[in-house]
Amino acid sequence: MKSLFTSGHRGCAGCCDAMVAKFTLMAAGEDCVVISPTGCLEVMSTPYPETSWEVPWIHSLFENTGAVASGVEAALKAMGKKGDTKVIALAGDGATLDIGMRSISGAFERGDDITYVCIDNEAYMNTGVQRSGATPFDASTTTSPAGKISYGNPRPKKNMPAIMAAHGSPYIATTSLGYPKDMIKKIKKATEIEGPTYIHAHAPCTTGWGFDTSKTVEVAKLAVQTGLWPLYEMENGEVTKVRKIGKQKKPVEDYLKMQKRFKHLFKMEGAEEQLKLIQALADKNIEDFGLE
Amino acid sequence: MTVIRTLDKDKMDVAEGSYAVAHAVKVCRPNVISAYPITPQTHIVEDLSQFMADGEISNCEYINVESEFSALSALVGSAAAGARCYSATTSQGLELMHEVLFNVSGMRLPVVMTIANRAVSAPINIWNDHQDSISQRDTGWIQMYAEDLQEISDMTAQAYKVAEDKDVMMPAMTCMDGFILSHVYEPLVLLEQDLVDEYLPAYEPEFTLDPKNPLTFGAFADPTAYTEFRYLQQQAMDNALPKIEEAANEFYEIFGRYYGGLIDEYETEDADIILMAMGSLVGTIRDVVDKLRAKGVKAGLLKVRTFRPFPAEAIKNAIKDAKVVVALDKNISLGLNEGSLFTETKASLYNTKVDVPIVGRMIGHGGRDIPEKTIEDIVEEAKGIISSGINTESKYADLKEELL
Repeated sequence: MKSLFTSGHRGCAGCCDAMVAKFTLMAAGEDCVVISPTGCLEVMSTPYPETSWEVPWIHSLFENTGAVASGVEAALKAMGKKGDTKVIALAGDGATLDIGMRSISGAFERGDDITYVCIDNEAYMNTGVQRSGATPFDASTTTSPAGKISYGNPRPKKNMPAIMAAHGSPYIATTSLGYPKDMIKKIKKATEIEGPTYIHAHAPCTTGWGFDTSKTVEVAKLAVQTGLWPLYEMENGEVTKVRKIGKQKKPVEDYLKMQKRFKHLFKMEGAEEQLKLIQALADKNIEDFGLE
Repeated sequence: MTVIRTLDKDKMDVAEGSYAVAHAVKVCRPNVISAYPITPQTHIVEDLSQFMADGEISNCEYINVESEFSALSALVGSAAAGARCYSATTSQGLELMHEVLFNVSGMRLPVVMTIANRAVSAPINIWNDHQDSISQRDTGWIQMYAEDLQEISDMTAQAYKVAEDKDVMMPAMTCMDGFILSHVYEPLVLLEQDLVDEYLPAYEPEFTLDPKNPLTFGAFADPTAYTEFRYLQQQAMDNALPKIEEAANEFYEIFGRYYGGLIDEYETEDADIILMAMGSLVGTIRDVVDKLRAKGVKAGLLKVRTFRPFPAEAIKNAIKDAKVVVALDKNISLGLNEGSLFTETKASLYNTKVDVPIVGRMIGHGGRDIPEKTIEDIVEEAKGIISSGINTESKYADLKEELL
């Protein structure tokens, strides 16, 4: 199969963005237009005059991906060119959950026929690992550093899929780089459903999270196997399918230990209590989504 | 050449300025309209929405966005996909678009947007001045200012013609004074569909987002190439100068109406005192000039119709033989105490052989009424400059000292 996201880009070894981009295009095929905001993906794939994109691709700004996607869709419709062409937004967590929230909300409320894929690597990686609304509880980032009186980010992740479900989206799914087939299947399904569909892809960043470049997939799997990142599908607001963890269930320490952003939790005095809180978050996911 | 209108009475209607603009947009056959309501732009987008609801604009989508930021952002996607695009806004909405304005221009997307000029907050004020659009002068948008309803209506088609020219490919703002033009009814000819079809060719961009020919839009340019992108934008603005004149002349040939291209002159040929202004204020000055001429005062009017690209050469030629020039501005650069028309005119005369005294008078901010008397007083003061030189280079002409 021809890759529509070519090699030779400037992503790090083990880059999560490059992998999600590749899988997204494997799911979508050639007949699509991709919209990306400012971020690692944009910077590493389109240094003028080079490009890694073998499909039409546009970058405008950081906070307007939803609106630009709506505009592309409207233009194709108005000019009678929409046909089966898929309009796909491919954006990071900061551009989606934080600065771009207004424009994605507008696009989904209007019911525009787009598929929005959020590549969630849980911080602003392009600018040097600052916290975002997707940064998990107790992760140390450059703007939520662990310190003498801090265990890192004080808040859990914003529940973006629930927010998108509240917009009345016909299809929402979480997925993970640990399970590429799951990702491709869900993105394909999302692009085939009319209306605004949302895929939230958990995507470990080797540089920002601090793990070996060969471990992207392994780390991603552990997030799922601990229950910290539940995989599910929602159709018209209802959870219709989950990926069970079953016997694979692992303690959260297995996931946290692999990453430098959590290393303070294994050194600081009193951090055991923090580990219990994180385990409680995982347990709650397992219970809420019936993952056992 | 000055304002020429061969108006056919059988074709004339009485319409509100906003309706005239909405109608003009309709006959320009847009593919995507994207806008967010804000006073005093609302009637334009309401009228366009009604046209959509009545099926009067074919091959067009109207996007009801959640902010001005998204209004213009959506058009980035639409224009890149090959659509003829339209929006309208004002004041706070235009300021909110600031970042997107640079982006549209840098990506060379010929979007046309009407600005119903309004003051900016704080203090919040919904009435007219030019601070909103003047504050966007460096964003790479063509800016034209209309004197009356017929002109803002006709300017819409001219703006598309210039913006979409292959040697230009830059976005354009058509500016109309909020309320003073947007909410006023005047007799006018609604832009004629058959003539627009003759005047304005279909938009056929060279590059579009097309799965059959995949291209990358909005790549990042590092220091090895960024300067050249900016240079080419300036070159496009230079190219726009003659294109704006051509668009006005061709419009005259087809429609029989002319308002100037870059500038227009009224009684300037032998004038000792020339008043310069933009927008609806020009109409008031026209009347004052008539009155003064009747009294033997050699006053003239220089209407600046195009502010970006700045028509320095045309302005210089128009004012070079005057004894004094007064630039009237509905905006202020805080910290410089000058309006932009004054600053830029003055700057464009420096390093030339033209040595005419020029002063700036700021006027009509936040919708303050501009009666003829205020203009007459300015002319009276200008006479003193001829005899005894410049006293105050720039100041407010209608300040209420008692409120300070």
